[in-house]
This record gives sequence, C-alpha cells and structure tokens, in this order.
Amino acid sequence: MEHAPAWLTNSLIYLSAAVIVVPLSRALGLGSIIGYLAAGIAIGPWGLGLVTNVEDILHFAEFGVVLMLFLVGLELEPKRLWSLRRPIFGWGSVQVLGCAAVLFIAALVAGASWQVSLVAALGLALSSTAIALQVLGERNLLPTSAGQAGFSILLFQDVAAIPILALLPLLAGISEADRAGDGWLLDALKIVGVVAGIILGGRLVIRPLLRWIAKSRTPEIFTAASLLLVVAIAALMQLVGLSMALGAFLAGVLLAESEYRRELETDIEPFKGLLLGLFFIAVGMSIDFGVILRSPGLMAAIVIGLLLLKGVVIYAVAVRMGLPAQDRPVFTLLLAQGGEFAFVVFQAAAGSRVLTPELASLLIGAVAISMLISPLVLVAIDRLLLPRYAADQKTQLKELSEPQSAPIIIAGFGRYGQIIGRLLSAQGLKATVLDHDADMIEAARSFGYKVYYGDASRLDLLRTAGAATAKVLVVAVDDTQQSLAIVSLAQQHFPQLEIVARARDVTHWNELRDLGVTRVERELFESSLRSGRTVLEVLGYAPNEARRQAMRFRRHNIALFETMYPHHKDRAKVIAVIKRGRAQLEGQMARERAEHQEQLQRSRSATGWEE
Amino acid sequence: MDESVEETGRRAIYVIAAHPNLRESRINRRLLAAAREVPDVDLNDLYASSPDYDFDVPREQARAEAAQLLVLLHPIQWYSMPALMKLWLDDVLAYGWAYGGGTALKGKDLWLVATTGGSQASYHPQGYNRYFFDAFLPPYEQTAALCGMRFLPPMLMHGARSASEDDVALHVATFRERLLTYPEWPEMDGVLDCPTCEVPAFDRPGAKAWDAAGQRPGSKDT
Repeated sequence: MEHAPAWLTNSLIYLSAAVIVVPLSRALGLGSIIGYLAAGIAIGPWGLGLVTNVEDILHFAEFGVVLMLFLVGLELEPKRLWSLRRPIFGWGSVQVLGCAAVLFIAALVAGASWQVSLVAALGLALSSTAIALQVLGERNLLPTSAGQAGFSILLFQDVAAIPILALLPLLAGISEADRAGDGWLLDALKIVGVVAGIILGGRLVIRPLLRWIAKSRTPEIFTAASLLLVVAIAALMQLVGLSMALGAFLAGVLLAESEYRRELETDIEPFKGLLLGLFFIAVGMSIDFGVILRSPGLMAAIVIGLLLLKGVVIYAVAVRMGLPAQDRPVFTLLLAQGGEFAFVVFQAAAGSRVLTPELASLLIGAVAISMLISPLVLVAIDRLLLPRYAADQKTQLKELSEPQSAPIIIAGFGRYGQIIGRLLSAQGLKATVLDHDADMIEAARSFGYKVYYGDASRLDLLRTAGAATAKVLVVAVDDTQQSLAIVSLAQQHFPQLEIVARARDVTHWNELRDLGVTRVERELFESSLRSGRTVLEVLGYAPNEARRQAMRFRRHNIALFETMYPHHKDRAKVIAVIKRGRAQLEGQMARERAEHQEQLQRSRSATGWEE
Repeated sequence: MDESVEETGRRAIYVIAAHPNLRESRINRRLLAAAREVPDVDLNDLYASSPDYDFDVPREQARAEAAQLLVLLHPIQWYSMPALMKLWLDDVLAYGWAYGGGTALKGKDLWLVATTGGSQASYHPQGYNRYFFDAFLPPYEQTAALCGMRFLPPMLMHGARSASEDDVALHVATFRERLLTYPEWPEMDGVLDCPTCEVPAFDRPGAKAWDAAGQRPGSKDT
C-alpha cells in the first residue's frame, strides 16, 4: 500500500475530529468553540497524539483570524469606523493599560522580576479576538452597544500588540535596544507607506480590478481574487512588521462601500469558518498538559488570578461606559480571557530570553486554558441569566411592532429592475439590489444606486442579501433559466418571501405559474398597450375612449391567459383557446361597432342625447 | 334567479363600497368588515378591486342582478359619492339594461349607507353646509326610481370624525343587524313602492340595448 502524503492524513485527522466533535458539542449546548478546542485536545500531543507539528498548524490557522477581521471590516463602512474612534482609542487604551497595570503589580507582589512581570502583564492583558467575535457573531450581539464596545477594544488590542512586540528587545538588553534604535524611523516610514498604499490601492486599484475580474464571468477566479487580495495584504503587513489582521481589517473597511461587498463576503466566509475552526483546534492542541501536571497549583492560581483581576478592571470599564447591566457579564468574560496574541508575545519573549522557556509555556498554557474555560463559563452565565434574557426579549418584541421599513431584494437591475427600484426609492423604501453584470453595476452606481455584484441564483448570496428577513423578492433578471432558479431557491429556503416576477414570454409566464408565483407581469404587455392606445388616439379616437378600449383588451387578454394556463402543456389546445378567445373579442367588438353605427344614424334622425 | 334565493328564505345582498383611503377610515372600514362577516353578502370594495378605474361590466351586471338588495356604502364627498362609485353607476347601470327599456334591476332595493364629516347641525340653513342633508339625496332617489328600484331609508352617520366610540360601535352593530335581517326591517312599513319612470320614446336614442359607452341619464343637455 502506498504511503499517503502528509497533507492528506492531516486533512483526514482534522476534518474528522471537527466533524465528530463540533456537532456533539453544539448538541450539548456548549457552542462550536468548545467543540473545536476539545477536538484539538483529543488529537493533540496530549490526547491521541495524532498531530505533533502544533506550531506550524497554529501559524497557518492564524490566517483564519485574518480572514475574520477582513469580513468584520467589510461590515464596517469608513464613516462608522470614524465614529468609533473614541471607544477604540479611549476605552481600548483604558482596558489594555488598566489590565496590564493591575497584572503587573500582582506579578511583582508574587515575586517576579519587573521585566518578566511587564511582559507577562502586557501579554495577558490582550484578549482573544477570534473567540470574542465568534461569540458576539453567533449571538448576534455585534450591533448592540456591548458588541460595539467589545469590538472597539479588540481592535485597539490588535494595534497595541505591535508596540508590545517591539518592546521585547528593549527589555532583553540595552545593547540590543540601541541597535533597534536606528531602524525605528525607517520602520515607521515603511508602516506609514504601507498603510497609505492600502488605503489608496483600495480606492484606486482594487475596485477596478475586481470589476475587470467580474466581467470575465468565472466565479472561481473571483473567489481566487478575493483570497489573493487578503493574502497579499497580509503578506505586505507582515513584511513591515504590522499585524496581518489589522491590514486585512483595513482592506475590508475600504471595500465595505464597494459593489462587491456581498460577493466578497460570500466567497471568503467558508474559508474563514474552516480556518478559524482549525485555529481553535490548534489552540486546543497547544495546551501543554505536561506543564499543568508539573505545577497544577501555580497554573490554577495564574488562570484564576488572570480572569479575576482582568474581570474586575473590565467590569469597572463596562460600568463607566454605561453598558446595560445584562450585557456586562458577557462583555467582561469575553475580554477577560487571554488571547491568541499572547501566544505570539510569549513565544517571542522566550526567543529573546526575557522569559524562560518553562515560564513561557506555563503562561501560554494559562492563556489557552482561559480560552477553554471562558466559553464554558459563558454557558453557565446563559443558564443563570436566562430569566433576565427572557425579560430583555420582551422589550425587543415591543419595539418590533413599531412600523419598519419593509426589506426588499431586487434581483436583476437592468431596465426592468431599475424602474422598480426607482419607484421604491421615491417612496423612501430601501432595497438590496443584486446584479451580475459588472458594466451595468458601474453605470447604476454612478447614478447613486447601491447595487451589489453577485449571482442571485446562489443560495449563500441570497442569504447574505438578507433573504431570510426580507419581505419581497423582485425577480427581474432577463435570463429565464436564472429567473426560475432564483424562484425555486427562494421558495425552498425562504418561504416567507413574497415573489414578484418578470416574465420574458408566455412560456416563461407559464413556468413561473407552475412554480406557484402569481405576481407575474409580462415584460412588454403594459407598454405595448400604451403604444396601442397612442395609435388609436392618432387615428382620432378620444383619449378616454382609447383608454377604455385598451383597458378592455387588457382585461380580456389577462382572462385569456388564465383560461389558457391549465392547458399550457398541450400545444394544440393552447392554439385552440387563443383562436377562440381572439374570435370572441373580435366578434364582440365588431357587434358593438355595428350597433354604434346604427345608433349614430338613428340619433341623427331622432332627438339625440349627446350631440 | 330571484326566486331560487327566495326559496332559502334569504335574499342575497350586494354591497358596493367606495372609500379612496380605507386605511384612514374610522367608520367605513368597520362597516365593510362587518359586511364581510355576514353570510349571503357579496361585497365589492371598489377602490381595492378596480384601482385602475376599469370595470368588467358584464360581470358587475351579473352580480347586481343576482342580488335583491344593492347597498351603496361610502363617505359623502362634495355632497355626493366618491368618483369610482359614480363611475360604477355610469358603466354598470347601462342604458337598455338598467333603464330605458332594460329592467334588470326592477323590483330590487337600493340602500344608501353613508357617513359625513360635517355634523348633523351643519346640514341646516344656518349651518355651514346651508342645506338639510335630505337636499342632497334626490340624485340617489331618482337613480333608484329610473331603474325601477325602491329607495330604502338611508342609514347615515354625521360627524364621522368626532363621533364617540360608543356611537360608532352602535352604528356598526345596527348595520350588521340590518344586513342579517333584510328584508324584515321595522322601517319597511313606511317605504312606498317605486314610481314607474318610463323614458319616453322621443328621449330614446335607439330601440336596441347598447353598452354604456356614452349615453347616461341626466346628460340630456345638448
């Protein structure tokens, strides 16, 4: 038997561990993160020992965090980011410095040297962006005040990790610090240059580039381009020694206003999910149970001390920020745990000999355990605070009964969809518009419409566009096959959607009716009728008479379609029905014309009513 | 058709309702809802069913013919009915079908159920509406008469916007009661049979029945 390549065995191990453990954990009500961590412990060196190269995996999986921040950035338009500047820098620095100060004093009191205390305190003051954002997202807390506050602080931590890493050589020895001194200016210039490059590039280069790729109409290349974008930015940031996650976040923010936002989101999402899962597995694997077994008391003291001290500081911050009381426990817990940046800081510190390897792995173990414990504590908080949450939900329901703008999705923003969109926007109604024609989007955007690039016959894209909560889906695409695909998809997955559809021709109209769509318009019917009316007017009909006749024809024609519909699969019958219908209408009208003539003659001889 | 309905002991009712903006209605909306609950009542909310001001005339004529009682339900606007209800009369009550030789509606009853914004006191020579409300009823009465219908005593509610909740509830309940008990109404005793109004031969444009495309009663001015 041939020896399977390493990547194949590894994929087999990771995927099966995740597939077995995560659903189990969710079924037990523990959430997916605990599941991943448990899977990691199970397959790691201290479990079944199936995987040994934990560090490599951890580094690779950190890219999941980068993708996650890119996605967070996509949701955050520059305007909103700017409005968050105070919580980011104000509360962010209060949290990091406050926690670090308290931990520093505690470490000194415990008898550590000041250098060790400082590095440990700064490293432990950071929290896990991955876990916190995942939890906030899973609970839909990101838009709340607690979610925004937590997010702001996490963002600051991403920035803060850079000077903390830069500090390590300084602590290691004066001579090294001197050497580093020369490079400072150059580094700073590089950083400014790269950030400026990303901002300018995002505006001037990336969007046209995406448009060009979109035009090529190869979906997998668009996905590749999305990934390439994030990878390239991460590499660039790495090069100048900035946080990859921060760079990805920045790029995300710059693309938040672009027409490709939904498509990028949909393309990146599965990669982020998988890599983040891998990251959590790696954290589980990296827990060094050897250190724990050697000094369980010390480990417990560090973990409990860490959570308690940080918890107190963060709770105080939460109170000062004026967060609602029921949000404070979750907020505190999410920030109190150690984070993935601590791994990097402590590994670097061990490398530059500020920390002994023994101490470093002890601290890394403590952080990992705090990351393992916090989702568990979260479950406990949920159970204990359940009555409070219920009370909270009641007030939310009340708010929902207020009038809300009905969410509408328009698929296809060509000539047909545009008129619908314009009518709606004149009523102050907002619609999410999807189209897959890059040129069209560009044109519509230049007129100020918010149009997203994407193929509405893709389930994930419909979901991202808000199909789960929308009320109306307008299917105005010009391709009949695509139109039918969208309709079936929507009916299957979002049964609450009211579908309003454009029919290209009779066959399409019948097919839409077969799917149960009743709000169907033949695309040329109404405008042709108007032209017919105009012809009658030119021929001398009074405008009102022309209108009456056109309306009458319209009514008759619509009724004909209804009678024809049940037989539409039987061509001979359809032709018969149409012929009969036309004969009926023509006969009727001919009769009326004759009567009218007769009448005119009589009224000329008798006393008329109208002349 | 009349007879078959009579056999069941009940007579079918056709309620033709017109309110341009039902969402802002206080009383008409509730009257409409009450009518919907009553069995044997056919109902047409004109502004909902014909927002394009276009009627299927043969179908409307069939509905009117099937009923023994036609109810006109609407708010009074400019001392008359809303435009779409007038159009319904113009188009559906065609010459040769409803009048001028046509007898499709002969022997049926017409009942006006209307609301006014102005108070009862305002419909007085000293009030701002300057006439008793009865002064605005002849067009309705004569429409009924020309078609050979009895004009039943109208059911009116004045001061619709300021009426108390109790008054409105009572009004709606009475309306419902009348629909349920038609034609056994206490006020029926005073109702006279309708006078016969034949359109004289010299006023008839043609002997044959024809569509409402142009000729209407009351448009005799040349």
